[in-house]
Amino acid sequence: MNTLIRPALVLLVIMTLITGIAYPLVLSGLAHWIFPEQAAGSVIVKDGRPIGSRLIGQAFSDPRYFWSRPSATAPQPYNGLGSTGSNLGPLNPALTDAVKARIDALHAADPGNRAPIPVDLVTASASGLDPDISLAAADYQAPRIARVRGLDLAAVRALIDTHAEGRWLGFLGEPRVNVLELNLALDALK
Amino acid sequence: MTPASVALIAALLAAALASVKPLGLYIAHVMEGRPIWPVRVGAPLEGRLYRLCGIDPGTPMGWKAYATALIVFNALGALAVYALQRLQLWLPLNPQHFANVSADSSFNTAVSFATNTNWQGYSGESAMSDLTQMAGLAVQNFLSAATGIVVAIALVRGFVLREAKAIGNFWVDVTRATLYILLPLAFVLALIFVSQGVVQSLSADKDVTTLELLHYTQPKVDAAGNPISDKAGNPVMQSMATHTQTLPMGPVASQEAIKQLGTNGGGFFNANSAHPFENPTPLTDFLQILAEILIPAALTYSFGHMVGDTRQGWALLAAMIVLFVSLACIIVHSEQLGNPRIARLGVDQAASALQPGGNMEGKEARFGIGASALFATTTTSTSCGAVNAMHDSFTPLGGFVTLFNMMLGEVVFGGVGTGLYSMLIFAVIGVFIAGLMIGRTPEYLGKKIEAFEMKMSSIAILVMPFIVLLGTAVAVSIAPGKAGVANPEAHGFSEILYAFTSASNNNGSAFAGISADTPFYNTALGLVMWLGRYWPIVAVLAIAGSFAAKKRVPVTAGTMPTHGPTFVVLLIGTVLLVGALTFVPALALGPVIEHLMLWGA
Repeated sequence: MNTLIRPALVLLVIMTLITGIAYPLVLSGLAHWIFPEQAAGSVIVKDGRPIGSRLIGQAFSDPRYFWSRPSATAPQPYNGLGSTGSNLGPLNPALTDAVKARIDALHAADPGNRAPIPVDLVTASASGLDPDISLAAADYQAPRIARVRGLDLAAVRALIDTHAEGRWLGFLGEPRVNVLELNLALDALK
Repeated sequence: MTPASVALIAALLAAALASVKPLGLYIAHVMEGRPIWPVRVGAPLEGRLYRLCGIDPGTPMGWKAYATALIVFNALGALAVYALQRLQLWLPLNPQHFANVSADSSFNTAVSFATNTNWQGYSGESAMSDLTQMAGLAVQNFLSAATGIVVAIALVRGFVLREAKAIGNFWVDVTRATLYILLPLAFVLALIFVSQGVVQSLSADKDVTTLELLHYTQPKVDAAGNPISDKAGNPVMQSMATHTQTLPMGPVASQEAIKQLGTNGGGFFNANSAHPFENPTPLTDFLQILAEILIPAALTYSFGHMVGDTRQGWALLAAMIVLFVSLACIIVHSEQLGNPRIARLGVDQAASALQPGGNMEGKEARFGIGASALFATTTTSTSCGAVNAMHDSFTPLGGFVTLFNMMLGEVVFGGVGTGLYSMLIFAVIGVFIAGLMIGRTPEYLGKKIEAFEMKMSSIAILVMPFIVLLGTAVAVSIAPGKAGVANPEAHGFSEILYAFTSASNNNGSAFAGISADTPFYNTALGLVMWLGRYWPIVAVLAIAGSFAAKKRVPVTAGTMPTHGPTFVVLLIGTVLLVGALTFVPALALGPVIEHLMLWGA
């Protein structure tokens, strides 16, 4: 047994010290030193107060703001401690009902707009914390923002353009815009 | 398929192919014990480590001793993870003061991480302390991946050795695979991840004040924390409003890197690689996909190098790539087509310069269709099981392919080590079948394939379908099995089938609507994971021992070449026939019916 249990036990302890303690601690130290902001959650600070993370989306329902993607987290949307998707199957009636309700909410906030709605604006994200919407989803909401805020439509579109992120190297990722940053920029316009 | 999706697949293959030879050679040299510089640098540490453990690195083991050491080491690892979860409240590094995990959930998670499955019945951000994640889960991420590598290497040694009784020293192999292969790669990858925004912090979770006041309702609870119901039995809801969002913290990047490289797949957070703190940018996403196939692809070269004919390794890799690209194209195409029921509501699902379009339910805006579908293909064909999109919400055809990938036995690249040894077993079976057809004694790489090898190969291949189908049959017949299902009709069946397929193949992804954190599923899936991992491993090591003991037969005119296109086709055929035929009836009851219902009506 001494040739079996002792090696197994001692090796497990040593490997735990190396890969379970030393590796994450050294990496934490290095990360904190080289990339302090990224390692701590890419937090946005405004007037000395943390108001969110660049990477974690927030819920918006005021017509004055661009709305984020629907979130399936519970009990509230964009619950930072409850990341999840809806996990509704493509044939589940609950999925079509949810999409219908979201379409109705968008129409109610902007009665004049009957353009087809970009799919990402009415479907729940995988994490429930998606910080981005597609450029089409931002563009769809631009007339509402302009009307409610009394802004020029062109000014709102220009704001979307300045915050738009394209495909990295032409093929990585999707054209999109960060909703929290876009809304902060909206508030900063006047 | 959009041009960007095609470019993404091409870039992934190019990056993987470019790394196959250098990494494969490096792995072979490390496992052969050649004095390359990292091994020389680590030698003093390695020597001290062996002395402390009482290991004689110079004594190789026979296959039975090798298998025993492997199982004891893995069982101890599982026990350690179990203990950490059961005691975490009283242990340090628990800034959130998470309670101890229940016995059945702890058992499931312990087996899950020791077996390289990383099925997650729990939700990481609300259950596991930093210590459990670091010293329990992350350690098994390394050791279970190293276990896969050493089994593959042991089998390769079986082909190389002649009339030998031993196949290597398990302790030395597992130490070297961890220290020289997994740890350096993980360290570099983790640092890149942090630079992109993956969290790496041991501080408590952070509260931020959101821009808008959020109104929502939640069930009212009594003093004991149980939900209150009204007279009709409906839960009483209360209105809430908050300006606070809590950002979860933790040593995420260090775990994320090995989770992908080791084809483990257990996320720090519930949403796994869809969570922006695990996978924040398209670049991290690309690297995560690449990391999943990096070592499995390179091991085919290590194999070719060690048996002295690199063409043998390229042949295996070619078969993997053909299968991979075909399967990837089906998922991408199907997800891009979108959901006709949603299109009918006046929703725009067409891809354009401004949006990815397609089936975006359960997908992230930064990944869109191409990167989500490619991730799904890779994660289910490599046994990784990480997800950057929710497979439960995929189109029926997309979900079909994720299931099918796993049912092939995780050989399309496959898990770290498991991919190579499982593919080699298919090669042995393929050669045997071809030998029967032409009436010659089958031999592979100079080793005669006889009754013992065929028995063990059959055991290694057949245990998986057996436990998948048996487990699914039991679960759909009893109330605790049916209770966990989230979606109605055929999709509910698919959720159960997916759970057992994923657990048996040590994949770990899920049709995640299923509520699997119940005593029934925790126990059943825990057992299935254990059998699905160690049963084939013992059979593979037996084959390794048997091959090692044999002479090498010289190549003659009658020897079937195993490096050309004919062999590649034979291998693909074997994988598809064995994998597909077993599961066609089960697939017909789930995703096939669903596909017909979605597009037929």
